[in-house]
Amino acid sequence: MEKVIELKDVWVRYGNQIILEAINLELKEPNGLLGIIGPNGGGKTTFLKVLLGLLKPYRGSVQLFGKSPEKSRDLVGYVPQYRNFDFDFPISVWEVVLTGRMSHTGFLRKYGEEDKKAAEEALKTVEMFQYKDRQIGQLSGGQRQRVFIARALATNPKLLLLDEPNSGLDPHMQDELYRLLDRLKREMAVIMVTHDLSAVSVYVDRIACLNRTLHYHDSREIPVEDLEATYQCPVELIAHGVPHRVLERHKGSS
Amino acid sequence: MFDLLQYSFIQNALAAAILASIACGIIGVYVVVKKIVFISGGIAHASFGGIGLGYYLGINPMLGVLPFSLVSALIMGTVSKKSKIPEDSAIGILWSLGMALGVIFVYLTPGYAPDLMTYLFGNILTVPRFDLYLMLGVDIVIVGAVYLFYKEFLSLCFDEEFTTVQGFPTEKLYLFLLCIIALTIVVLIKVVGIILVIALLTIPATLSRRFTHNLKQMMLMSIVFGTVISVAGIGLSYALDVPSGATIILVLSLVYGLVAFGMGILENRRISGDQET
Repeated sequence: MEKVIELKDVWVRYGNQIILEAINLELKEPNGLLGIIGPNGGGKTTFLKVLLGLLKPYRGSVQLFGKSPEKSRDLVGYVPQYRNFDFDFPISVWEVVLTGRMSHTGFLRKYGEEDKKAAEEALKTVEMFQYKDRQIGQLSGGQRQRVFIARALATNPKLLLLDEPNSGLDPHMQDELYRLLDRLKREMAVIMVTHDLSAVSVYVDRIACLNRTLHYHDSREIPVEDLEATYQCPVELIAHGVPHRVLERHKGSS
Repeated sequence: MFDLLQYSFIQNALAAAILASIACGIIGVYVVVKKIVFISGGIAHASFGGIGLGYYLGINPMLGVLPFSLVSALIMGTVSKKSKIPEDSAIGILWSLGMALGVIFVYLTPGYAPDLMTYLFGNILTVPRFDLYLMLGVDIVIVGAVYLFYKEFLSLCFDEEFTTVQGFPTEKLYLFLLCIIALTIVVLIKVVGIILVIALLTIPATLSRRFTHNLKQMMLMSIVFGTVISVAGIGLSYALDVPSGATIILVLSLVYGLVAFGMGILENRRISGDQET
């Protein structure tokens, strides 16, 4: 079976500054949730943009499903950080979700029945279908986030990328978001980037740490050294009601 | 007042007001929601260079301004996205560069440059028939382009990055939109002037945005607002014997001010009413 993601020795820079350094990542399983944690400015968004083909590495190769990012666009759903949006924009929930069909619809074509069916299904998956005629600004933050997930799902992706999906959400809405991702990850590979350590504790299947370099072990546990190398300071993580340990035990301590 | 309609120059002025409002109503909505008022202003003012060039070469200034403004739209669109300086600074530089070129060209042209002022402020009462046909043609191009590219333009304006991720040539679409804006500006310059073009692009769209959250409805409402207000402006300028272009802008601004003020009061009442109950 073809690999979902294969990054080989990927380097990215802005001007003279190196943002990503020698990134290697192989993701084989077609489902499950990979959480990528790291400090702000550690290159998390850049990493996603490389996967989306929005940024070209100056060294190394990027392949999704055995193809270049540009050629696999109809297989990838993307949920950007939503703080960049103009919520006063005159667009309805329905119109937003339909834009997720554009890679299938094609240039200069009108949306067809298949597109509308996919958009409807996506909205029902995130339980937002009854809001389809609302203007995007008339929703709460959590509802809006689900609409953007629906837009990504309308693509019928095999890989779903989310950039800080939990930022700006209250704990209750975050919890709902994670339960939604928990359902979605059964059918597709999901990658969520976040700087919120507690977020990744319960629902992720695999964790990676990113701060210019990527530490990834294909497991849900992170060696403390990796975490400390990522954040460049000692990290204490107190997880609440976590059914498993995120961090392995400190060596030397009991 | 109705016997005024018998005059052919009044008929032409009304036709020009409607045709201009259609072009500006549709394109103005994109200008406002994509927040590219400044770059549109830049294109409009830089096109003054094309007018000067037309005078200098001794051709119809309209023939000078068409290629000039399309090229300046492409340069502004590219430079503002690619250059290392902030977008608004890049636009400011090109804006004034275009106007300065216009002034120099006009200065170098031997003799007197007739009706130079009308390019800045327009004179809707002296629109020749030919310009009406030109506007009609551009209106058809605009309606056609917006019909074909509706999905693409909506997505481009709402979320450029996501449009790219969907595999669409976002940069080219953006430059195409700027070229349509340039085209709109060019045909309207002689009729309403560089300054009124910006008013007609922004005020009706901003006004209609207060009443609807649907892009198509916004376009229709902007066309209606633009038409009604510019016709009222023409009537007022005739009655008071003041310049038509400037009067239309004053009426547009006044209506916007009143609507914004009125809706503000209504909103405050509703909020305080909610608090009392």
